Amino acid sequence: MGNMATQTRFHVLAVDDSLIDRKLIERLLKTSSYQVTAVDSGSKALEFLGLNGENEDEERNSSVESVSAADEDHQVGVNLIITDYCMPGMTGYDLLRKIKQSSSFKDIPVVIMSSENIPSRINRCLEDGAEEFFLKPVKLSDVNKLRPHLMKGITTKNEMQSNTNKRKGSEEIQSPDRTRPRYNELEVV
Amino acid sequence: MERNPIRRQLAIMRQSLFDQGHVDEQFVQLEELQDDANPNFVEEVVTLYYRDSARIILNIEQALERKPFDFRKLDAYMHQFKGSSSSIGAKKVKAESTLFRECCKSGNGEGCMRSFQQLKKEYATLRKKFGAYFQLARQAGPVETASRPK
Repeated sequence: MGNMATQTRFHVLAVDDSLIDRKLIERLLKTSSYQVTAVDSGSKALEFLGLNGENEDEERNSSVESVSAADEDHQVGVNLIITDYCMPGMTGYDLLRKIKQSSSFKDIPVVIMSSENIPSRINRCLEDGAEEFFLKPVKLSDVNKLRPHLMKGITTKNEMQSNTNKRKGSEEIQSPDRTRPRYNELEVV
Repeated sequence: MERNPIRRQLAIMRQSLFDQGHVDEQFVQLEELQDDANPNFVEEVVTLYYRDSARIILNIEQALERKPFDFRKLDAYMHQFKGSSSSIGAKKVKAESTLFRECCKSGNGEGCMRSFQQLKKEYATLRKKFGAYFQLARQAGPVETASRPK
């Protein structure tokens, strides 16, 4: 795990329709030694991730999705998405929802930025899966808050890897939650 | 206290930008993002701001020529403009943007026009001050950052 952090730089996808704010967030992230891709819309972000946004039905495309999800080398390798809230077309909130609905990308931490301090907006974003909500203009102290979310991603990746290995080895692995109801059914009978 | 006369002048100009309320803390944030690898970052951002926001100013001007005012559109433009102004720490311009938006929300056309005139004045004043500041900064040359921790 230590090796991963020092050899690979975290890759952050930044989404903002404002040219100034894109330049700023890019500089903030690069100062923190992150690799940055900055795009100007939610749809470009989805395009970059390889999600064209039209394929809501994951089942239909499961053959394509499972290849990209299982084969980590071919994934675009984004470790965190930071997006503006107010954007024409797809808002940052819409983007958040699409990411969280995607089987391939739902575990990527998403951070929302907004120039407006609207508690209901902030709460809605956090409740629907955003890790953080930054008020603009974003500062270096905000960007410093990203690191724990990125580090968590490494742990998750390692766990996922070991779970995949287990699954390959045995058909019988069930989560503890699944076995409990079965036990109850037996008791009733 | 700066010994180099150009640097001293630069420091005085910089302080006056703050003292006169033209820029706020966000400007300091921009300065902190400037380093050896990005020695002109602040000037780049400010230049980009004036180039980018010129477009929005024009849009607002054109929108104010169409009666009756489309307050929703005017407010949307100003939201964009305010965001950029806030990002570079343009304090007075940002304050005027807020006033303009309040006029939009209350449908106060006269207020919008007055506020916009004031805003353009601040915007132009700041541009002149920035121009002089960065010109002097270029004369002063790169700051020695040997002692600054990376």
